Amino acid sequence: MSSDTRDVILEARNLAKRFPVGMKLFGERQSVRAVDGVSLKVHRGETLAVVGESGCGKSTLARLLLRLIDPSEGEVFYGGRNIAALPRAEMRRLRKDLQFVFQDPFSSLNPRMSVGAIIEEPMRVHGLGNAAWRREEVARLLTRVGLRAEFADRYPHEFSGGQRQRIGIARALASGPKVLIGDEPVSALDVSIQAQVINLLEDLKQEYDLTLVLIAHDLAVIRHMSDRVAVMYLGEIVEEGATAALYAAPLHPYTRALMQAIPIPSPRARKAAVKLTGDVPSPLAPPSGCRFHTRCPLADLRCAVDRPALQDVEPGRRVACHHWQRVAKEGTAALAEPEASQAARRRLSLYRDRSERQQNSVPQSES
Amino acid sequence: MQSDTATLPAAASRTPLLAVEDLALRFGGSASNVVDGVSFDVAAGETLCIVGESGCGKSVTSLALMGLLPMPPAEIVRGRALFEGRDLLALSRREIGKLRGDRMAMIFQEPMTSLNPVYTVGDQIAEIVRRHRPVGRTEARARALEMLERVKVPAAKRRLDDYPHQMSGGMRQRVMIAMALANDPRLLIADEPTTALDVTIQAQILDLMRELQQETGTALILITHDLGVVAEIADKVAVMYAGRIVETGPVGAIFDDPQHPYTLGLISSVPSLGERGGRLATIPGMVPTVDRMPAGCRFAPRCPFADAACRTEVPPLAEVAAGHAAACRYAPLERHFGDAA
Ligand SMILES: Nc1ncnc2c1ncn2[C@@H]1O[C@H](COP(=O)(O)OP(=O)(O)O)[C@@H](O)[C@H]1O
Ligand SMILES: Nc1ncnc2c1ncn2[C@@H]1O[C@H](COP(=O)(O)OP(=O)(O)O)[C@@H](O)[C@H]1O
Ligand code: SF4
Ligand code: SF4
Ligand SMILES: [Mg+2]
Ligand SMILES: [Mg+2]
Repeated sequence: MSSDTRDVILEARNLAKRFPVGMKLFGERQSVRAVDGVSLKVHRGETLAVVGESGCGKSTLARLLLRLIDPSEGEVFYGGRNIAALPRAEMRRLRKDLQFVFQDPFSSLNPRMSVGAIIEEPMRVHGLGNAAWRREEVARLLTRVGLRAEFADRYPHEFSGGQRQRIGIARALASGPKVLIGDEPVSALDVSIQAQVINLLEDLKQEYDLTLVLIAHDLAVIRHMSDRVAVMYLGEIVEEGATAALYAAPLHPYTRALMQAIPIPSPRARKAAVKLTGDVPSPLAPPSGCRFHTRCPLADLRCAVDRPALQDVEPGRRVACHHWQRVAKEGTAALAEPEASQAARRRLSLYRDRSERQQNSVPQSES
Repeated sequence: MQSDTATLPAAASRTPLLAVEDLALRFGGSASNVVDGVSFDVAAGETLCIVGESGCGKSVTSLALMGLLPMPPAEIVRGRALFEGRDLLALSRREIGKLRGDRMAMIFQEPMTSLNPVYTVGDQIAEIVRRHRPVGRTEARARALEMLERVKVPAAKRRLDDYPHQMSGGMRQRVMIAMALANDPRLLIADEPTTALDVTIQAQILDLMRELQQETGTALILITHDLGVVAEIADKVAVMYAGRIVETGPVGAIFDDPQHPYTLGLISSVPSLGERGGRLATIPGMVPTVDRMPAGCRFAPRCPFADAACRTEVPPLAEVAAGHAAACRYAPLERHFGDAA
């Protein structure tokens, strides 16, 4: 444990966020339990992915971790201090270290500010450099995220979704952060553009020595760039583990269902497999017992009454399910991707080789 | 691929329900065609997927077929779209309005934009039935209930009186499907019906569409930017890039024998659940806008195989195998570029 704590950069302890909503019901104010008792460690230099369907509390958790909102309960430790209890002024100074990339680059960028002003703002707020230095820094950041330096004088509406997301990333990098939290930074983008942005984030992480927390609703998207994954359902973490281990053998029925839902780009994989039915239930009145029991194919009577605790089952592996051993035994043979045909493999490797060579010879830019 | 006379390939293939021939569209004043010579067809019971990145002209194409593209600013440059023997592009606004919602229907990405927030979903389905059928209120409402049950909305009877905002995104998309299918259309165009949904809900909706299509024999054109979705549901595929179809064929051929560099790029950029295998391959850059369409092959600025000839000559869509065609002057690539050279 002691060796583990040394490189923990950000830690949530029993975090909860309740949003009061609507009328008083029988004298009691109802509330949405958006995040409900989450404990989580983020290690320095890693990429941690938080995955779950819409409405599971991922954005709320991300905002709590950076204290963009205050928790109803619990603590968030950064650099040994509980930032959930820090005075506002001190918190503002810490913002330099902790930055956010929003899901919708449209709504998160001020349409009346030029791209240059948008990227410069965090540097101004934290009093970094003088105007001339900042201007140069903006140009450098723009080039670094694959855009042209001249774009500084343009406005957000002139850019495509992928370009706007690059602008959002440049802005997040401007203050020289240590931790970057991306709330579904690629979910709204085309698949081809997702790949560009994911590769960019991966490069920047190395270059700027960042710790990344990536929120996603799709397990495939973060497979290639995360070291660890936490799966969230209705405000709780239901499984957590190292990426390779978790994908090789998910232990929670929900994780497995998320994997099975991903369309595989091969018509031979067309599945008749069991699919998750229904929607995520309302967090206003979460199901009793295991919150997943209303949709779980393995649910039994015990699941409906007895809430499974998140328990350590292997080093670095936690799961909250009464029947995780059964999930482990059943395996995920159905998930195996059929191999592409020889012709397809040959041409795909031809394509990849040519693209790589080209991208190495021409400095990556423009897009 | 085009035939001037009515010489349809006899017997061999199913008679298409919709045959689009050499469709070209432009927006008034722009330098090039936003849709530039597109041909495809779809038969009853068949699913055609049109796949390409945002901005490739997929929505403009489908809106034009449904008579929903405002003209002006848009104009038809050439081409025709034969549906049950009539050219959709030549119909009056009134005539095509009569077909839409009846013989053919469309579903959009964001149901909230096509559902009216102030009417219950039951009323909206009933209203589309009554617009095209001589039925009374009770009968229309019964049909609405039947449709909600068919698209598997739980507790359909109760949900009939829900307003759209009371439903989840997945449920609203089911309602859209119910509305579209209410009058048993022969053709359904679904424009990115699952793009705004979680993967879990996407899987449910794709299953539902597949199942309903088997029941009804409707011809389905499904538009998407995601090849994973294509693999799940398509019989035939048309890969669209910058207003042109660059590859087309049966779904098996597109994945097992992909020819066009754009198709290869799309396949490569789909993230998979497989082993962490280094960087994701991407397609650099982005789709050109109409005022900046490159001459020659429109994919050339992003194509790793492009050379000077590509930038001047438009590569024709040429057959590489029966029913499988690609618009690349260097297809098959290995013949010109050797293996992993
Ligand atoms: N400000 C708020 N007021 C009331 N409810 C909220 C608020 N923010 C989020 N919620 C609710 O909390 C739950 C979790 O939301 P969110 O954190 O956005 O989930 P996710 O990002 O996983 O989609 C949802 O049911 C959502 O409606
Ligand atoms: N009303 C319009 N006026 C001018 N350009 C338009 C209009 N509608 C669409 N476009 C342009 O036409 C191109 C194709 O758009 P669209 O058919 O929506 O693409 P897709 O559906 O493949 O994402 C895009 O460059 C888009 O900006
Ligand atoms: S505890 Fe029961 S309901 Fe919950 S995930 Fe496990 S098997 Fe399913
Ligand atoms: S014609 Fe040339 S530019 Fe176009 S796809 Fe083929 S190789 Fe690439
Ligand atoms: Mg969210
Ligand atoms: Mg579109």
